[in-house]
Amino acid sequence: MKSAVIVFPGSNCDRDAAEAIRAVTGQAPAMVWHQESALPAGTEFVMIPGGFSYGDYLRCGAMASRAAIMPAVMAHAKRGAPILGVCNGFQILTETQLLPGALMRNSGLLFVCEKTPLTVENGNTRFTAAYQGGREVAIPIAHHDGNYFADADTLDRLEGEGQVVFRYRANPNGSARDIAGVINTQGNVMGMMPHPERAVDPVHGGTDGLGVFESILGSA
Amino acid sequence: MTQYAPGVTPEIAAEHLPTDEYAKAVEILGRAPNLVELGIFSVMWSEHCSYKSSRVHLKKFPVSGPLVIQGPGENAGVIDIGDGQACIFKMESHNHPSFIEPYQGAATGVGGILRDVFTMGARPVALMNALRFGAPDHPKTRGLVAGVVAGIGGYGNCVGVPTVGGETNFHPGYNGNILVNAMAVGLADQDRIFYARGAEAGQPIVYVGSKTGRDGIHGATMASAEFDDASEEKRPTVQVGDPFVEKKLIEACLELMATDAIAAIQDMGAAGLTSSSVEMAGKGGVGLEIDLDKVPQREDGMTAYEMMLSESQERMLMVLKPGKEPVAEAIFRKWELDVATIGVTTTTGRMVLKHGGETVCDIPLDPLSEDAPLYRRPYEIPPSRPAVDPASVAAPAHLGEALKTVMACPDMASKAWIWRQYDRHVMADTAASSEDPSDAAVVRVHGTNKALAITTDCTPRYCLAGPVEGGRQAVAETWRNITATGAWPIAITDCLNFGNPERPDIMGQFAGCVEGMAEACAALDFPVVSGNVSLYNETNGVAIPPTPAVGGVGLIEDVTKRTGFGAMKDGDVLLLVGETQGWLGASLYLREIEGREEGGPPPVDLAAERRNGDFVRAVILEGLANAVHDLSDGGLAAAAAETAMASSVGVKLAYDGPLPPHVFFFGEDQGRYLIAASVEHAESIREAAEAASVPVSVVGIAGGDAVSFNGGDTAALADLRAAHQAFMPRLMAG
Repeated sequence: MKSAVIVFPGSNCDRDAAEAIRAVTGQAPAMVWHQESALPAGTEFVMIPGGFSYGDYLRCGAMASRAAIMPAVMAHAKRGAPILGVCNGFQILTETQLLPGALMRNSGLLFVCEKTPLTVENGNTRFTAAYQGGREVAIPIAHHDGNYFADADTLDRLEGEGQVVFRYRANPNGSARDIAGVINTQGNVMGMMPHPERAVDPVHGGTDGLGVFESILGSA
Repeated sequence: MTQYAPGVTPEIAAEHLPTDEYAKAVEILGRAPNLVELGIFSVMWSEHCSYKSSRVHLKKFPVSGPLVIQGPGENAGVIDIGDGQACIFKMESHNHPSFIEPYQGAATGVGGILRDVFTMGARPVALMNALRFGAPDHPKTRGLVAGVVAGIGGYGNCVGVPTVGGETNFHPGYNGNILVNAMAVGLADQDRIFYARGAEAGQPIVYVGSKTGRDGIHGATMASAEFDDASEEKRPTVQVGDPFVEKKLIEACLELMATDAIAAIQDMGAAGLTSSSVEMAGKGGVGLEIDLDKVPQREDGMTAYEMMLSESQERMLMVLKPGKEPVAEAIFRKWELDVATIGVTTTTGRMVLKHGGETVCDIPLDPLSEDAPLYRRPYEIPPSRPAVDPASVAAPAHLGEALKTVMACPDMASKAWIWRQYDRHVMADTAASSEDPSDAAVVRVHGTNKALAITTDCTPRYCLAGPVEGGRQAVAETWRNITATGAWPIAITDCLNFGNPERPDIMGQFAGCVEGMAEACAALDFPVVSGNVSLYNETNGVAIPPTPAVGGVGLIEDVTKRTGFGAMKDGDVLLLVGETQGWLGASLYLREIEGREEGGPPPVDLAAERRNGDFVRAVILEGLANAVHDLSDGGLAAAAAETAMASSVGVKLAYDGPLPPHVFFFGEDQGRYLIAASVEHAESIREAAEAASVPVSVVGIAGGDAVSFNGGDTAALADLRAAHQAFMPRLMAG
């Protein structure tokens, strides 16, 4: 499977994302610089990694969402191809409105880094099929702005349509309805605050993040 | 008759240099220095940059060994970790700025130490910190903790280097001067290491990174003076950091370093453009000429004096091989960073600065560094305080309650509130960090199966109770913590934090700690490869406790063999390695239970330390231990409680020797480890110990859900956890 990882100035989980993709798919992804205007030909899976794109200036993800590469990413989404945004990548995807809602400052106002117990709420997506539904997993988070917000109607719709993919079992940041990850209505764009790429090797103390990458590979 | 240049009054001269140093500057120049030159002499000869009080003592450190590639004197130390790879690391203080402006002070401390490491060609892979705050109930403490922690996290998290460990103490001795020591560890290939030396005449001097502004002017001088009640007025001398620029700078520098363009490189840290240019020219044996009009400037109308003394962050100076400027320009433009050729290296041996077409500085470089002041300050090493007679320490009413009190005290309490704010996992190679039951952080060498073990250690109350013994202990504990993970300790960096060296008692603390550290380094083959000295940590004449923080690095060949203290099993036998005399002097027990800060520090038998440690490491690498924990603060009882809490299995401790139980369980004798092993493996360990003449005794068995003592006293794990976790949230809730 041909993959691409988008790299912005300030991205810092780009290498980790690439390593996880390579470990699961057997193929190193293309690292695509933000100033490019097209994805490499034949790209199937696109990952927007975590980090502090543009130093989180203005608002997390706001400047990255307007980068030169983003129209190509939007077009890729329209074609129904899989796109995963993790942490800052999730923030960027909400800024582009490929995903609903917004990520606000954590309710505790502090940066939080910890291994977080999650429930896989929807195991029938291109990103979670390998979890075989409803599983409890533990994946690390590390963010200052992960407090998921959307209006009540949107939240109801997300719940009703199975678009809430991951839920915290001990809410670390004040997210509405404990939401840790959501998917778009078409089912090809997912954003999540926890870092699956930090839970793919026994050295990480757990491999619960592998399922995300295995699911994507299985869906291709 | 002292001479002064136009615009320099005797008062201005005195603000910059003491009388004798001013006279020396006049002698070197053959005329009176102008204001720019005075500023340059002042920062280069500051304690912070010149080590003028400490140099004679630092010579005692062993600085070489078979695995040392670069010892002290460069931006950071370099060690050989095999396979053509090198580990590059250093620790540095940012004490004065962090007290005045905690967020920016701590943040720029992290930024500065990262630059020291990637300047040499290393990709930074781990950050550590050693923090000392004042009494928890001091009105400033809570705000300082919040600001320092947010600053360390804010910077490290953004640049994407995991903050994997550290230590935090609280003591009234730091009420007026907190300590913020940051350590950075990086990895490089041995054939791609970059040095400040290497410049030749006729090469372009290139400035990269952020623009120069008016922040941090005279920061190095500020860090070389005591505080008084007006210290807060020094806020303008604190720099402001931008980790986003640092992240871009790391990537851009590493990208340029992959080409063959750089002759020499130096980050602009303390004393900014001045020290970076002087260091590179001095080490390369060349002169330099810089046109200050070409320096990228953030503000209009900056004077030459301001530009040379600015400590604006995220800047680097490099000397390129001729003709390579376009290569550098393309890379730095890609990363949206300033890049400018500001001068050239020369054969004159002089530092010539031009501004507005005029020569504003012309100093011969050799005398500026070689004739830097060197002080042999009078000192008197205080002997260790007398030992505490165990008979004078009454038994507690209840050993379990005493244990809870010790585990709850600020120095022992869980620091989860702190490390939860640090990204410990970015780069995806963290095998053990602050959250894990491990005596040292363990970070895998990317793309391999080997790992670095990293720790920072110092027990200031021991150093105060006896500087020589305290110095030995700081190094020994570092070595022990690395050993307890199964790794081989290789080398250390240090951050020597003391009071005013002009006082013989403080200089004695310094000399004593250095002497003890040097002995331990020699005995344990654990050389010093880099370091930093921070003096004048005093306010209104009151000095901090002597705090020589040690940062150690070791290597484990197979990361899967690392051992911590969180996997003890029900039924495991608890083995104590090392001898217990029952040393309560300067112990946590004495302070927390008896309210007594007295007695000498525990003696460190370096031969026993090494023998016991080598034995424990072999046990770990043979896979015989389920859990291993070094014994330090709080002695056996605290180590057993931490192992039990982390493993979620209780321990039944038993002792029927000649010492009173509280002395045995809480004594802080050195060179000891607690091992938990299956019955079968415990037997093998005991046999091997006997053969190796290592003292090993059975001190209990794992099981239940409490720490119990054979007299019947117990402390439930749930209660211990609650006690252990209460302090930080309570402090920060205010």
